[in-house]
Amino acid sequence: MSARTLFEKIWDAHVVAPESADTPAVLYIDLHLVHEVTSPQAFSELRSRGLQLRRPDRTLATLDHSTPTLPAAPNGERPYANAEAKAQVAQLEANCREFGVQLYGWDSSDRGIVHVIGPELGATQPGMTIVCGDSHTSTHGAFGALAFGIGTTEVGHVMATQCLLQRKPKTFAIHVDGKLPRGVGAKDLILHIIGEIGVDGGTGYVLEYRGEAIEALSMEERMTVCNMSIEAGARAGLIAPDETTFAWLKGRPRAPQGAAWDATVQRWRGLRSDEGAKYDREVRFDASQIRPTVTYGTHPGMAIAMDKPVPAARNAVEQRALDYMQAKANQPMQGTAVDVVFIGSCTNSRLSDLREAANVMRGRNVAKGVRVLVVPGSEAVRRDAEKEGLHEVFLAAGAEWRIPGCSMCIAMNGDLAQPGQLVVSTSNRNFEGRQGKGARTVLASPATAAASAIAGAIADPREYLTEVAA
Amino acid sequence: MKPVTRIHSRTAVLLDENIDTDRIIPARFLTTTERAGLGKFCFNDWRYRQDGSDNPDFPLNKPEAKGCSILVAGRNFGCGSSREHAPWALLDYSIQAVLCSEIADIFRGNALKNGLLAIVLDEAEHRWLLKNPGVELSIDVREQAIELPDGGRIRFQLEPFARHCLLNGVDQLGFLLQHNDAITHYEHQQEKAA
Repeated sequence: MSARTLFEKIWDAHVVAPESADTPAVLYIDLHLVHEVTSPQAFSELRSRGLQLRRPDRTLATLDHSTPTLPAAPNGERPYANAEAKAQVAQLEANCREFGVQLYGWDSSDRGIVHVIGPELGATQPGMTIVCGDSHTSTHGAFGALAFGIGTTEVGHVMATQCLLQRKPKTFAIHVDGKLPRGVGAKDLILHIIGEIGVDGGTGYVLEYRGEAIEALSMEERMTVCNMSIEAGARAGLIAPDETTFAWLKGRPRAPQGAAWDATVQRWRGLRSDEGAKYDREVRFDASQIRPTVTYGTHPGMAIAMDKPVPAARNAVEQRALDYMQAKANQPMQGTAVDVVFIGSCTNSRLSDLREAANVMRGRNVAKGVRVLVVPGSEAVRRDAEKEGLHEVFLAAGAEWRIPGCSMCIAMNGDLAQPGQLVVSTSNRNFEGRQGKGARTVLASPATAAASAIAGAIADPREYLTEVAA
Repeated sequence: MKPVTRIHSRTAVLLDENIDTDRIIPARFLTTTERAGLGKFCFNDWRYRQDGSDNPDFPLNKPEAKGCSILVAGRNFGCGSSREHAPWALLDYSIQAVLCSEIADIFRGNALKNGLLAIVLDEAEHRWLLKNPGVELSIDVREQAIELPDGGRIRFQLEPFARHCLLNGVDQLGFLLQHNDAITHYEHQQEKAA
């Protein structure tokens, strides 16, 4: 057999019926993740057709998007944004009962953002096909899984058949050589990559991140990188599994155990692109040249090192984006006054992200007038963070410490910024109005977000890390 | 899905590039558990003023755009989330086709599955349509051609299965369910291998 890419190996292993000129492939899906926002209409579809859910054992549900991040009142009442949000959550609870899906709901000590808990539970594994009615499903590609977001019609397809009709996408290798400088992390790296290849640079492709700098990343950092593949237009982005992956997964509840573990790892070792495998497109980056990076416009492709001047608009659309952001051409974003800081989301709400933010905030105070929301990605992250006392660091600095959920990343649960406010956010989208109507979003790493919270303006975290070391 | 064979309408134009799904329908309207009735939220934060009245600067609010069911938009329309609420909202708002030089993958798939024609054009043709709002077009799905008022034709590509489903109103879930035996066979093979 000719040399194949990692993507091709996973694709080939999941073809139930091959594609032809007339029909797409029938592709088997190993794991279906479900949440309250994109599933109700799919469950209704099953019900109206009298269909069962084919593989409840390959389906896992959680509550994250519409859920409040403030705790329940003493009477158990949760502070939902509105009655519809509450009803939507109740609908998923009822649907999971009816169709036999395991729900990591309010009473679960493992509830959290769908893309945080899948890996935590060990449900996400190398070589799998994983889908969810959520575009950030690309996160799971960090484990060498083919993982992508789907719409609600396709959610119904997977529920009923455990399969999807798919045309084979093209492949795009992103090589990152060298080492990231100290104080520069995975978020800076992926913002830099999207800034270079563009917000649509990955459209039609599955990305594979490779090279020395990628191999050096922790699992959490790899998840941050793969999470934002969709922000370059790529439905999926993956990284070949290695010892870092295996060590991270070992012993997790849904991972293989005992003798089965060793046999499985042996199989997983084959999940890498063969020598000489051909990609449809390739680009190369030098990690050592990357600096703390932020966005300055209204899509994630408008990203730049925070100390570099914002480029002048090339057309009316870009000018409109700069005007919306109140960003000035030829001036750096560093130093821009900040109103709100959000640390959370499926991009950056894991324990290492919170540690990174806490390292900057420890012993310091949030600048006057700045609101800081820290929202752990899952109950497990919250537990671990509290065990380390990270919540005390945040609370002492003047930040709010919330319960897990998507929160201000998508701002549909009531956590939102006011019109005109500037939010430095560790999330993934800086679209107009994403974090509240009229709100201005600057995407950044947890370290940058924390430094900006302290400074009251977009700040370089390296200055704060140096002080700690000294 | 009802068959979609031909769409005839004047065009309305949104020049902006990268119109994301949050602009098509802001996330705060996603708490619904229904598909229907999302048209009133389509382009919500662009279309209405603070007081809830129509924003006269929103191109689709202009008198000449009224009744147009073909939308020509700047490149990379539909980028962002996987929310199928975006095509649901557009269809309920009476948009039946989106023409663009590039359309985001997930949005395009969602649109076609709902009978919203998401059509990718060459850049030159796209540029011409962007510059000529209100032109009367007839989109022929069978011929994969857009007929212009002067008799000219713009050819476009459509994935053959999507075209087949549009023309015949094929229920894709029904099609998938026909593969039940193959799926069961695949599952047995996997269990044996494990």
